[in-house]
Amino acid sequence: MANSAHEPEVQQNEDLWSGGKQPLKVSYGKLMMWYFLLSDAFTFAGFLIAYGALRFSSATWPIPDDVFSTAPFNNFGLGHETKLPLMFVTIMSFLLIISSVTMVRAVQEGHRENKRGVVFWMLMTIIGGLGFLSCQAWEWTNLIKDEHMTVNRDPFGTHTLDGVYLNPDGSESDEVFKAGDGYLVHKHHVDHGDDAHGHDSHGDDGHGAEDHGSDDGHGGDEYAYEVGDHAGYVMDENGFVFKKFKVTTDGDMKGQVMAQEFGPKAFGALFFFITGFHGFHVFSGVLFLLIIMINAAGGVYVKRKNGYEMVEKIGLYWHFVDLVWVFVFLVFYLL
Amino acid sequence: MANVVTKTSELDRSDFLIQEFGYDDHFHDHHHGDKYQSNFISTYIFSQDHKMIAKQFLITGMIWAIIGAAMSLIFRMQLGFPEESMAWIKPLLGKWITVNAEGFGTLSQDFYYSLVTLHGTIIVFFVLTAGLSGTFSNLLIPLQIGARDMASPFLNMLSYWFFFLAGAVMLSSLFVSTGPFSGGWVAYPPLSALPQASMGSGVGMTLWLVSLVLFVVSVLLGGINYITTVLNLRTKGMGMWRMPLTIWSFFLTAIIGLLSFPVLASGFFLLMLDRGLGTSFYLSEIFINGQVLDQVGGSPILYQHLFWFLGHPEVYIIILPAMGLTSEVLSVHSRKPIFGYKAMVYSMMAIGFLSFIVWAHHMFMSGVNPFIANFFVIFTLIIAVPSAVKVFNWITTLYGGNIRFNSASMYAIGFVSMFISGGLTGIFLGNSAIDIQMHDTYFVVAHFHIVMGVAAFFGMFAGVYHWFPKMYGRFMNETLGKIHFWGTLVGAYAVFGPMHYLGVAGVARRYYSFDVFQAFGHFDGMNKFITIAAIVTFVFQIIFVVNFFYSIWRGKKVTTKNPWQAPTLEWTTPIRPGHGNWPGKLPTVQRWAYDYYSDEEGKDFTEQIEPLKDDEKSVH
Repeated sequence: MANSAHEPEVQQNEDLWSGGKQPLKVSYGKLMMWYFLLSDAFTFAGFLIAYGALRFSSATWPIPDDVFSTAPFNNFGLGHETKLPLMFVTIMSFLLIISSVTMVRAVQEGHRENKRGVVFWMLMTIIGGLGFLSCQAWEWTNLIKDEHMTVNRDPFGTHTLDGVYLNPDGSESDEVFKAGDGYLVHKHHVDHGDDAHGHDSHGDDGHGAEDHGSDDGHGGDEYAYEVGDHAGYVMDENGFVFKKFKVTTDGDMKGQVMAQEFGPKAFGALFFFITGFHGFHVFSGVLFLLIIMINAAGGVYVKRKNGYEMVEKIGLYWHFVDLVWVFVFLVFYLL
Repeated sequence: MANVVTKTSELDRSDFLIQEFGYDDHFHDHHHGDKYQSNFISTYIFSQDHKMIAKQFLITGMIWAIIGAAMSLIFRMQLGFPEESMAWIKPLLGKWITVNAEGFGTLSQDFYYSLVTLHGTIIVFFVLTAGLSGTFSNLLIPLQIGARDMASPFLNMLSYWFFFLAGAVMLSSLFVSTGPFSGGWVAYPPLSALPQASMGSGVGMTLWLVSLVLFVVSVLLGGINYITTVLNLRTKGMGMWRMPLTIWSFFLTAIIGLLSFPVLASGFFLLMLDRGLGTSFYLSEIFINGQVLDQVGGSPILYQHLFWFLGHPEVYIIILPAMGLTSEVLSVHSRKPIFGYKAMVYSMMAIGFLSFIVWAHHMFMSGVNPFIANFFVIFTLIIAVPSAVKVFNWITTLYGGNIRFNSASMYAIGFVSMFISGGLTGIFLGNSAIDIQMHDTYFVVAHFHIVMGVAAFFGMFAGVYHWFPKMYGRFMNETLGKIHFWGTLVGAYAVFGPMHYLGVAGVARRYYSFDVFQAFGHFDGMNKFITIAAIVTFVFQIIFVVNFFYSIWRGKKVTTKNPWQAPTLEWTTPIRPGHGNWPGKLPTVQRWAYDYYSDEEGKDFTEQIEPLKDDEKSVH
């Protein structure tokens, strides 16, 4: 290690813990980074525990394959109807994980005292980090703008019963669904019909209801929805249309007509806050990487007795941010 | 800075030993004295020297202690003497005193609750966390492990200034028109989550949150530094088992703080979102002023879990440093090695570990499943075991000792007394069955004030009286110190003793007035007594403050390097150590911190830097 020259001499017959040495064989700076990461891990743990507590006290929870099934390239060629469950988030996770690999290379070049190598691989890492952030920005924009999810509104619901949707006029349609299927509550314009805005909901139609053709879903969009409780739907003053359906599950509920509801509020808040908090870590990591890369390029670390230790320290941070993403990915996108 | 080399003729034993066996780290070759103590700002304000930062923590802590205690007097006066006019204090409190047509003044109810809230917040966080652990960790860690300074003096400085900022923000909340936060120091939602819930829930709560987030930053910066310093910067020979118990306690405290404060921060971040963005982490189906809020699906219990996951370790963050200081002071002043040194360390570790798995014993009344409560009851009661180990070891340390009764050792003995008295009532409260009866009564108030409030203050006073000579090169006045001790000891028991009785009788805490409860009418006398005792105890603290500041400039000068004849390293530095603590070489440690066995020359202790004699075997 670059800093080994600075370590106090080692005496025989004395163990590492007897003072005058670095018992864990790490310099104070790296040790501090480790302890900072430990405390940060507890912060994230606090959030994920809050996630668990709220999720498991909710009756339903949105299905990740439905929520995260759009990608920018849906608009290019594939068409809106094509569902790409978790495709986009896979790309963005890949970018982040790859940036960890390039970070490892930067640290390795640091050990070799190779300035050019350090700068090159740090640059790659920064590009990976920026790529991740850009993907996250698109994902958030899509969720907020097109799917109307906010910190206190979750338009992604989940059916708890089997049923069949009703047409806006109250007649039974041929759209059937099963308990556990997800749906997206669409938003329409309150004033008029929705011809101009039908586009709004195109891309998200028929989430999860695998067995219904997307064309049927579109039939509904041509309809001029009005605010209020109607035979086949309920529209609130914000323009959200909750389609009505007839329950087909055997039992007391059979035959009852019910309307869709918003999904659990906590989903939006937890998603935006936890991925946002993680994104903030990535963002600050990119800033630090940039500063350290500029320092490295300027030869600041060549002169230092502990060499490229600063690169190692930001590397620890970067790997930690990656590791946290694994957990965030697990709870929001997989479970 | 005394230069050892030019004073060879006056070398005392410790200088000689450091010279002979010390370890030359070429301090002067690369030391940066100019950066540290070149002008007024770098010496006294933005100092990076651990001793100066310790003094900053101590004096800031003292100021907060006075403010926090004065707040308690104001609400105690309202509680104990509701029939007396408070109009006289209107010049200070302004609109918070309502004066009626006859000129009779009462404390406003909102402000009463604000005072209760801030009293708790200030004493717990600013005084007993920052003021206690911040002061003594900073002062003693480098001095007792033989380090030049903290691992990162810069982060250390930031730690103090974040604490200072936290205090400034908290203080500013006293001056907003709706008053400071008034929902209790635990800040449970919905009172803390809904700005419209009460007067103090608006701006006051926002400032409270900002202040505490800054405080968490300060604690983390400090803690990371303390842990790293203890691990990496111990001088040669200072093995972990040779460290004084003070260092062990600061080390474990820092670890506990590092693992628990971030969770509090998570809880606070979610609370901020509930307040600012209308999310529903902690709120569900709430009516306020007859209006339904649209927050659904959150859980106020979630906040309580996140809060108490810090909140419980926090009481050990407060008490462990006091335990460490007490152990050291008791050993030095009874001229005996601490009894059961390793048992002391292991019991602190056990307390530290258990502190993380007992938090829900604060929530027995919050609807925790009784079966889960069983788990928390058992672990809570198990904490009594390491605590008892420590108490027995302190008593056994005193047993047969050649005890010097001075202010420091009396406060250390007082600590043991308080810890026993308060600890016993903890066994009652740890049982969920009894706690359901006692919850939110004055019994709880009495319990935690004695066991962590007064006891921690006693540990802190013991530390201040004992290490004052190291901080300022002068002694504090012994007579005033003893008056202060007896006044505080008797006063504290007089204040909190009767509260046990009130609590068992069912008198609830946090009430502005008991007028509507006829059954509690006959406790008026007791409430008056408690208030008077509190005022008297407060007056005794003024003696301490006067003594402290008088002694800084006028106290009896310390003339020898080791006035208490203690074996630890801080007494081998010059009387007023400069930056870097040791002017030349660093001392090398040869033995553990508690060698009090008399030798032939009649000296009853051996300093840690004294090499082992030929026939001697190292204890640790």
